[in-house]
Amino acid sequence: MARTATAPGAPTSRLGKAAFEIDDRLIVAGPLRRTLNKVFPDHWSFLLGEIALYSFVVLLLSGTYLTFFFDASMKEVVYDGSYAPLRGVEMSAAYDSALQMSFDVRGGLFLRQVHHWAALLFVASIVVHLLRIFFTGAFRRPRETNWLIGVVMLVLSLLMGVTGYSLPDDLLSGTGLRIISAILLSIPVVGTWVHFAVFNGDYVGENIIGRFYIAHVLLFPAILLGLIAVHLLILVKQKHTQFAGPGRTEHNVVGNRLFPTFAAKATGLFFVVFGLIALLGGLVQINPIWLWGPYNPSQVSAASQPDWYIMFLDGSTRLFPAWDINLPGSYTIPALFWPTVVIAGAMFTLLALYPMIERKLTRDTASHHLLQRPRDVPVRTSLGVMGLTFYVWLMMSGGNDVIADKFQISLNAMTWIGRIGVIILPPIAYAITYRICLGLQMHDRQVLEHGIETGVIRRLPNGEFIEVHQPLGPVDAHGHGALAYGGAPVPKKMNQIGGARRAIRGFFSPIEPPARVELEQRAEGRGLSPQESDRELTTSGRPTEGGRPSEGGRPSEGGRPQEPRD
Amino acid sequence: MSIPNTQSDAPLDEAESASGNPVRRARARRRSKQRRRMANVAGLLLALVLTGATYSVFAPAQAAEDDNESAAEAAGRQLYEHSCITCHGSNLQGVEGRGPSLIGVGEAAVYFQVHTGRMPLTRQSSQGLDKPAVFSDEEIDQLMAYVQANGGGPTLPSGDLRDGDLAAGGELFRLNCASCHNFVGEGGALSSGKWAPSLRDANDRTIYAAMLSGPENMPVFGDNQLTPEQKRSIINYVQTVAEQADPGGAGVGRIGPVAEGLVIWVVGISALMFGIFWMGSKA
Repeated sequence: MARTATAPGAPTSRLGKAAFEIDDRLIVAGPLRRTLNKVFPDHWSFLLGEIALYSFVVLLLSGTYLTFFFDASMKEVVYDGSYAPLRGVEMSAAYDSALQMSFDVRGGLFLRQVHHWAALLFVASIVVHLLRIFFTGAFRRPRETNWLIGVVMLVLSLLMGVTGYSLPDDLLSGTGLRIISAILLSIPVVGTWVHFAVFNGDYVGENIIGRFYIAHVLLFPAILLGLIAVHLLILVKQKHTQFAGPGRTEHNVVGNRLFPTFAAKATGLFFVVFGLIALLGGLVQINPIWLWGPYNPSQVSAASQPDWYIMFLDGSTRLFPAWDINLPGSYTIPALFWPTVVIAGAMFTLLALYPMIERKLTRDTASHHLLQRPRDVPVRTSLGVMGLTFYVWLMMSGGNDVIADKFQISLNAMTWIGRIGVIILPPIAYAITYRICLGLQMHDRQVLEHGIETGVIRRLPNGEFIEVHQPLGPVDAHGHGALAYGGAPVPKKMNQIGGARRAIRGFFSPIEPPARVELEQRAEGRGLSPQESDRELTTSGRPTEGGRPSEGGRPSEGGRPQEPRD
Repeated sequence: MSIPNTQSDAPLDEAESASGNPVRRARARRRSKQRRRMANVAGLLLALVLTGATYSVFAPAQAAEDDNESAAEAAGRQLYEHSCITCHGSNLQGVEGRGPSLIGVGEAAVYFQVHTGRMPLTRQSSQGLDKPAVFSDEEIDQLMAYVQANGGGPTLPSGDLRDGDLAAGGELFRLNCASCHNFVGEGGALSSGKWAPSLRDANDRTIYAAMLSGPENMPVFGDNQLTPEQKRSIINYVQTVAEQADPGGAGVGRIGPVAEGLVIWVVGISALMFGIFWMGSKA
């Protein structure tokens, strides 16, 4: 259909006319409107993945600036910059340029620190996001693909971290590189070949910094960007999951439109993340490479650790016994192979395959769009906490020498605490979590059956004291609630159902549509109507005084309820 | 030996009995008896004199040494006998199961151990704890003088102990010290409850004394391993880096990834969690 700018309803402003002209050529108004009207469910935990995304944006921006000054070369140079304690020391050009960047480039140190903090935050937010997906069952059909992509992105981000950690060629990163080399060599049969492929010769060679550099700035980020795009497109196509609640079903999405609410929130969060990283980068020193010194294979420092996300492998290596397997014919499988390649491989394989494993075990092949509360799936939740305990315990053991030093514990004791704990703590965590899940469920069921504890004690004619319970819905002949357990949050306090004359929007709770009571209050101009005494439970006035309910406010305020804070 | 020797008398009696005059024989016997007594007394006197003379030849040396013990050493001996003797023995020889011999450790070891408060030891444990020094600087000097005088060993140099090349000191530190004391001397854990202490609060002489004497688990870096210039370079590096500000902001212990990981979780992730809770509570 041909359109002209003179047609009825045509834009009159300059901006409107320009937009019209653009749409006339590209025909984007329809899809754009559909996109902007797309509804996203709202819950604080749905923002975790966004933190990862925004950290990645900060990483790209700061990393690009760093590439202007970094020289990924292992050529030997003599430092002649402004940091006196290293002047005259021989070092690689990579370390030299990293020092120049830190001390002689305007904003260089700040952006180096921003980049490193953003990297730590990136992986941390990915892990928290993953935990949210796991514990709420958001990975179930039809979202297994996105789970797999997510796990691949996690591994990629770890590789990004490892390669980035190695680039400055300081004593710490060189020590890490030495360990990477040892891990590669420990792989049976193909170890030496893998090592030669990566390092182009024996350790350390002259290529590794250049190779890691191109992997770090081009290869991995490009793959990651592509995967992020696919991740988000699948999310949009499949629609976001939502928690169970009033009006929410498997077939709808209740939430806010992309524009303006969701877009405003997302933009706000981006600046919050950016601001936090900038604060950390400006106020807290990270990876002071000038203190570490240039890498020299003859030197090593106490407490040489990887960044936190690799520390679990350092921990597993520290805990694993020195069990070299000597095979006939002078073949050896070094002990290092098991706590690094095997454990990491097993952990990430299990993680990636978990949706399939669960589908197999539960025979649940239906599509799910409503999230589960962790308490409603006690086995999965307990498995998750068990795995998390295992991981955190290994990570802690990766820093066990620092813990031993700072808390004055014997390092040997720390090793044994780690060894015993890594075996007995995960099952204990499983058992405890399982009981907590059942307990929470039971409390929900109890409230559904008997109602909310009001705190009102009534004395019966026979002298017995009972607490008055407020049923959540219709009750049967015995006074038991008829509501079924639905896996949705159950109100546990009177003010959550309007008992305090306003719906409290809790700091930790999702935003619900205003409760009926609140709507009534608004309609009544926040006053009280006489009929409201019907649903009043707490009465301060005696029946002889008409049983007027407590108004919640002081008499001097005319007995009006307190104004809601928000 | 005033008792007459009857055996030696026997041949004389035979000789005089041979002359045949009993009176002369008896007189002669009396005279010889007196002579023998005189000789015995003289011999005794001579022996006494000789003993005294011999004594007087050797004795003055010791008397002179006693006189030469300086006031500082004497005061040090006093302190030693009050506070150290239980474990290190009356002659610095050490006591089995309590404390090592101090012979040959020299004033460097005394300075390090006493100045950092490690000695006197609070209790026997994996390693001596450093604490405020029990003795004053003057008393430490006295103890040093006493142990140096009686056992010998490495001595502390005087002068500017930072008079060395800064960058070379850094290289030497990373090569020799960082494996236990961390990159810039923040300290680290060793096996079985032992540890390499932080060098943050150590003064120049303490570091020098530690290198010379190798306290606890630390190896001795004698002048053959690290020349005095190299030691001064290391001290220069350690103290320069300890005094320099952190250009990147809060140093968080200068120990690298463990502290940084803690910061990102405790500060970074927690702050963002509160951020998104807050955003979630806004419509």
